[in-house]
Order: sequence, then C-alpha cells, then structure tokens
Amino acid sequence: MSKLIVLLKKDFTAELRSKDIVLTMLLFVLLVIVTFSFAFEPGSIEVGVLAPGMLWISFVFAGVLGLLRSFVNEQQNDCLLGLMLCPVDRGVVYLGKALGNIIFMLAVEAVTLPVFALLLNFDIWRFLPAIAVIFSLCTVGYAAVGTLFSAMAITMRSRELMLPLLQFPISVPLIIAAVKATGGILAGQTLAEVSGWLKLVGAFDVIFLTVSFLIFEYAIAE
Amino acid sequence: MGKASVVEAVGLSKQFGHFIALHPLDLQLGSGEFLSIFGPNGAGKTTLLKVLATLMKPSSGQVRILGLDPSEDGIAVRRQISLVSHSTFLYENLTAYENLLFYGRMYEVENLPKRIAEVFEEVGLTSRQRDLVGSFSDGMQRRLSIARAFLHRPRLLLLDEPYVGLDPEAAHNLGKVLAGLHDGERSLIMTTHNISRGLELCDRAAILVGGRLVYDEVRSAISADDFEATYLAAQHQARAVRPPRRFDGGGP
Repeated sequence: MSKLIVLLKKDFTAELRSKDIVLTMLLFVLLVIVTFSFAFEPGSIEVGVLAPGMLWISFVFAGVLGLLRSFVNEQQNDCLLGLMLCPVDRGVVYLGKALGNIIFMLAVEAVTLPVFALLLNFDIWRFLPAIAVIFSLCTVGYAAVGTLFSAMAITMRSRELMLPLLQFPISVPLIIAAVKATGGILAGQTLAEVSGWLKLVGAFDVIFLTVSFLIFEYAIAE
Repeated sequence: MGKASVVEAVGLSKQFGHFIALHPLDLQLGSGEFLSIFGPNGAGKTTLLKVLATLMKPSSGQVRILGLDPSEDGIAVRRQISLVSHSTFLYENLTAYENLLFYGRMYEVENLPKRIAEVFEEVGLTSRQRDLVGSFSDGMQRRLSIARAFLHRPRLLLLDEPYVGLDPEAAHNLGKVLAGLHDGERSLIMTTHNISRGLELCDRAAILVGGRLVYDEVRSAISADDFEATYLAAQHQARAVRPPRRFDGGGP
C-alpha cells in the first residue's frame, strides 16, 4: 500500500508541475463540448437525449490522449525500466499508474460537467449524485483497460493508432453500459432502475483490474 | 554454489525468436569482486545485464543472484541489486531530490534524507539537488543516475557502459565514484568498450563476442597490451565466423 502511495505521489508531483495529462484531456473535452453547443440549441429536448453520447464520446477520446501521456513520462529516460527494477510487485506499479489515471480522468470529468451544463443550459445538478456514481464506476473500468494497453502501446511506433485499436473493442461493453446508464438517469430513472448496467460495469471493473494486475509484468516484458 | 558467490549463472542463454543474443554461458562473481566485460556493439552485454537485473528471463540455464533464484524471489533480488543503464531512469520534470526521494522510498531506504544528502555529496550535486533534472547536462544526469543506483546500498551493481557520452572530466569523476564503490563489500559488473577504463578498476576481465563469453581472466594476470590484442582478435574471429547478413529480409 505504501509503495502505491509513493507511486501516486510521484505522478501527482510531476503532473502538478507539467499539467500535461489533465490539460491535454481537458482541452480536448472542452473543445468537443463547445462544438456540440454550436450544433444544438441550448436547453432543447435534443440536448437531454444526446447528452450521454456527447459526454462519453468526449471522455473516451480524451481518455486515450491522457492515458498515452501518462506513459510518455515513463518512457522518457526509460523510467518504466527503472520502475521494473524496484523491489515491488510489478502489479503494484500497474495499480499506481491506473489509480493516477482514474484520478486525473475524474478531475477532468468534474470540471467538464459544469461547463457542459452551462453551455448547453442543461440542468445536470439534480442528477449529480447518480451521475457521480456512474462516472466513477465507468472511469475505473476505462482507465483499468487503458493503463494496461497504453503501457503496451507506448513502445510502438504508431502508438496513437494502436491504443484505440487495442482498447476500444475491449471497452465496447463498458461504453455501452456507461451511455445507457447515464441516459437512464438523465431520463429520470433511479440508480436502482439502471442497476443492471451498473452491475455490468462493476463486473468489468473487477475483471479488468484483476486481470491487468496479474498480466502487467508479462504485457510490458522485453 | 559457494557462500561468497554473488552471481552464479550456469548454461545461461537468451534467444529472441531465431536470433541468439547469448549462447549458453557460465559466469561466476564473488563477493566484493569487480568484473569488467568487454565486447563490441551487439555482443550481448546489455542482454546479459538485463537478465541479471531480472528485467529479462533467460531462455535456458540457471541464474542465482546472492543465492536467490530471480524467477522465484525477484523482489528480494531487486532489493539488493542495481542497474546503471544507457538510460538514466530519471524523471525530468522532478527535481534531483524528488527523484532520489521517490526511488529511496521505493527501496525503503532507512534515514532517507540523510542518505540522500550523502549520495549528493558523493556525486557532487548537492548544490543542484533542488533543480529539475530536465535542466541538467548529460554528465550531471549520468552522475545522478549513479547516485540513484547506489542510494539503497546494493550488494551487486550492474553498470552498462557508464562512460558513454561523458566528457573527460565527468569520466574522471565517474572513475572516482566507481573506485569508491569498489569497497570490497559490493560486487560490480561493468560492460564497456573502453579497455583502459575497464581495466583500471576491475579484478577480473571478460570478453563477450557474438553472445559467447570467449575470455575470462583475473586482472593480475593481464597486461593491457596483450588484452587489447586478445580483444581485437576475438572480435575479428567473431566477424569471420558470422554468416553474411542477407538483404532479403531473412535476418542474419
């Protein structure tokens, strides 16, 4: 546990100084939201129907950018090899990176939602507790898969192409569940009513966190 | 295996697909011993160090580091070894102090602030410890990477061509640091092309050519001139027996 915190602290210190990961994701998400605000009449019924798709499209693509950036820092000076040399289970290195990515993605989502509500004149506040639960669960799963694949893709020449190619097919069930659960909540359903989707997301999180923890060492070997 | 053996490799080999990076080789290193391994580019020096550093698994053979099997006790092995590579393993957007603090915590170094101050003193970077590593010259980064490597007082230090890219003054300073590390308690394996630097500090010298350990002798039995001739002859012999590279994409 203490090594996990050490890894997290290192990533936070580096990120606070460079702001590479959060700024990259935030700029992309805001650009998408602003573009959508031009395309749809703020406050219209369309916005409520399309909001889940708009939000998750922007978070999914921004996530790819952020996940890659988190390993670009590790690739510089072969720092990832330095981590592999440390006397710690390599799965813990994975968990440290995944946890950092989850927190960075959640921070971007927390900033984006008010901007979305403001620009599209959409009352998201009354759904906030349920939205927070859904976004947290889905972000965990997305970052769990993305951290593993970005560690693998970072050494490839076409990493910007490879990461989505590796990640999206695996993440399809998660993205569908995220959009459906968010759509249900924005349509007035309760968390209990979208619990089927949430169970799917929960299972996805547990399976991919566990599998990634176990195979991380082999995924980045040699 | 003798009690004093720090490294014992028997029949160690490493293969990448059809390419044999290391042919089966035996290697022993005693406690406090300094072994210099010489070899041209592509000889398998880095691969050998990566296997010993637990970064790669051997394709065949057995390796024991400090009496432990790296495939079973990887964490225990890594706690007692360190690798200085071509890369520094340093985060450029952290300060020198933050880098050592991070690695020190990962290795659970006791009295960490005091130990960090000691290693900064040893590599002559005390005045720059609060500066970002990204602002350091290559030589300073190399010195800091050495500091990172011996921060946790490893019993086995693996050095992969540590003199590469250093100016004469930085190389001289590195030589002094390595001489200080050769204290009889720590064992060192250094790979290098540089014959004079390599022979200067070692107790034993070996030559690795084409993935084969073709020479291994104690330093006291080696004259620098003879060694250079032996090294060049081994290199030429390896070139002569190596099949010509094909240009049809079929590999070596």
